[in-house]
Amino acid sequence: MRPKIGVFDFTGCEGCELQILNLEDEILDLLKLVEPVNWREAMSERGDDYQIALVEGAITTPHEIERLKSIREKAQILVALGACAHLGGINCLKNHFDQADVVRQVYGEGARYFETIPARPLSAVVKVDYAIPGCPIDKREFLEVIKALLIGKKPPLPSYAVCVECKLADNPCVFDQGMTCLGPVTRAGCGAICPSYGNRCEGCRGLVEEPNLNGYRAVLTERGLTTEDVLAQFRLFEGCLEVAKS
Amino acid sequence: MSAMTVRPVNRDLTVGVPYVTRVEGHGNIKVRVQNGVLEEVKFEVPESPRFFEAMLRGRSYAEASHITSRVCGICAVGHATASLKASEAALGVQPSDQTVLLRKLIFDGEIIESHVLHFYFLVAPDALGVGSVIPLASTHPDVVIRALRLKKLGNDIAGILAGRKIHPISMVVNGFTHLPRESELKELKQRLEGAIPDLRATVELFQSVSLPDFQRETEYLALHKPGEYAFYDGDIASSDGGITPAAQYRRVVKEKVVPHSTAKHCWSQRDSYMVGALARFNVNHQQLRPLARQAAEALGLRAPSYNPFLNSVAQIVETAEAIEDAIETIDALLTRGIRVEDSRVQVKAGLGVGAVEVPRGTLYHEYELDEKGRIVAANLVIPTGQNMANLEADMRAIVPTLLDRPQPEIELMLEMLVRAYDPCISCSVH
Repeated sequence: MRPKIGVFDFTGCEGCELQILNLEDEILDLLKLVEPVNWREAMSERGDDYQIALVEGAITTPHEIERLKSIREKAQILVALGACAHLGGINCLKNHFDQADVVRQVYGEGARYFETIPARPLSAVVKVDYAIPGCPIDKREFLEVIKALLIGKKPPLPSYAVCVECKLADNPCVFDQGMTCLGPVTRAGCGAICPSYGNRCEGCRGLVEEPNLNGYRAVLTERGLTTEDVLAQFRLFEGCLEVAKS
Repeated sequence: MSAMTVRPVNRDLTVGVPYVTRVEGHGNIKVRVQNGVLEEVKFEVPESPRFFEAMLRGRSYAEASHITSRVCGICAVGHATASLKASEAALGVQPSDQTVLLRKLIFDGEIIESHVLHFYFLVAPDALGVGSVIPLASTHPDVVIRALRLKKLGNDIAGILAGRKIHPISMVVNGFTHLPRESELKELKQRLEGAIPDLRATVELFQSVSLPDFQRETEYLALHKPGEYAFYDGDIASSDGGITPAAQYRRVVKEKVVPHSTAKHCWSQRDSYMVGALARFNVNHQQLRPLARQAAEALGLRAPSYNPFLNSVAQIVETAEAIEDAIETIDALLTRGIRVEDSRVQVKAGLGVGAVEVPRGTLYHEYELDEKGRIVAANLVIPTGQNMANLEADMRAIVPTLLDRPQPEIELMLEMLVRAYDPCISCSVH
């Protein structure tokens, strides 16, 4: 019997769900292996009998906390889908401002109608069994994780840094082009896609296990970066904030 | 189903559809009729705001496109481009012809992908009486495979040029950090030409789909540019008259906060207006290329059209336009040859507006930069937000015509109306 899945979204852009729909070559085969029973963005049915919940988005309202808990109760396995669910993601940029001021900035006089709490990852609210990192998720990695879940294995995530994949892709080092890169401390698995397209790694996949922090700090100091610069760079997806603080 | 044919039905009706499905984001339909009188009509938006405008403060213009593409998973390219154009306007930078051509090509990719996703995956299931595209994979495999093939083409255009469509990487202020090889462009052109039979089959399929016949005339806004069907650039044109430079969008686009929606509502010359494929078709149909004109004719879409359900049909017409535009843009790029260009800019303080036509309508980004290029203030106006008041006005007009029908039918019709707008709700809230 195909395991039943539910796909849910909280605060975010729903781009990670769309990455699933972007599996144009594989999605018909995927649907032979899993049975979506609840996926608001793609289907009208709303079943509660899912075994696997794929959850996108960060948590930013009290209502979302309750909704997430109720999904957790029903699911045997809960997977955080993408940077917002995994780390809080880009939403956490607002956490660096006074929350009431943030609402006033956007809604002015109407601020009183709306409530927000500092953005947080799913794991701050419920137990998360697995995370698929990235902003957005990598489609190939998504399939690997689903495959692992289907055969009852722990989904594999690379335990090395983006730098490794970047070297394999034969990219020139981003630091040598005058940019600050988070590749040395960020978990690989994206194929170093950002440096491969001329950008730096922005750290959307979060820290690799046991990052070489001393080596990384030395690189930053060598380039004359101030703590303030580094903090600002690390804030984009929140994934590497611990490094900045250490 | 025009207002003329409404029969009075003294009926009580309460409709509450929570989290309308097959749309992007969270929206609820609320309707209350008492003794045949419409008491309440609302499209509630409980979607959690992310406060992008507040979050952008203090960030560099150079990061803004990577931050704001995250407003929207469907129109990430559109947001990135509006952001780049706003920064360029603030810095007084004019991007090169090559940069503009490459951006237009990526835009075509996004229009194709987003429109195909909408009319095949989100709208077609209603016409075929199923809850999603999933059962169609076994009952209509050729249709689903065709839809996936077209959708993939749109994604691949953006993927080859920008690294990926969802959160494009290589698009930067005044240029690109990665350029396509000419062989890649040639291959894309072949695939685009190969997509024309798929497009024709799509037109044939939707010729047989009957959409509700509901008419309500409103104001239609779209960017307009002489000599092209505007997606990337143009002035703001209204069907009620008037052409306004995009930099002065605040004269045309008025925003207000309403308590039941985290997306702001908008109005212009009337209480509401419509943006998106149907609005663009109404304003710019004369600029359409032959392929799109043929599609419009085959589908019976004539301007002006006042039926919001036909927005999906206008999206098919625009898919044809995007395919033909992409082919011509690739030809222009190949004739010129792809060159590495210097994209450095002089940083200075300034105020700039970037306006583009994204799949769901006109998108505005406005940034005020300080002398170090940091964002002091930002304003984003999203197509779906602009459509909210108009959607509610349509709901108010359509409900009285439905009162003699069973409740599930009324609910389905209202859901179909919401879907026709192809709302991108998380984007509208941002």
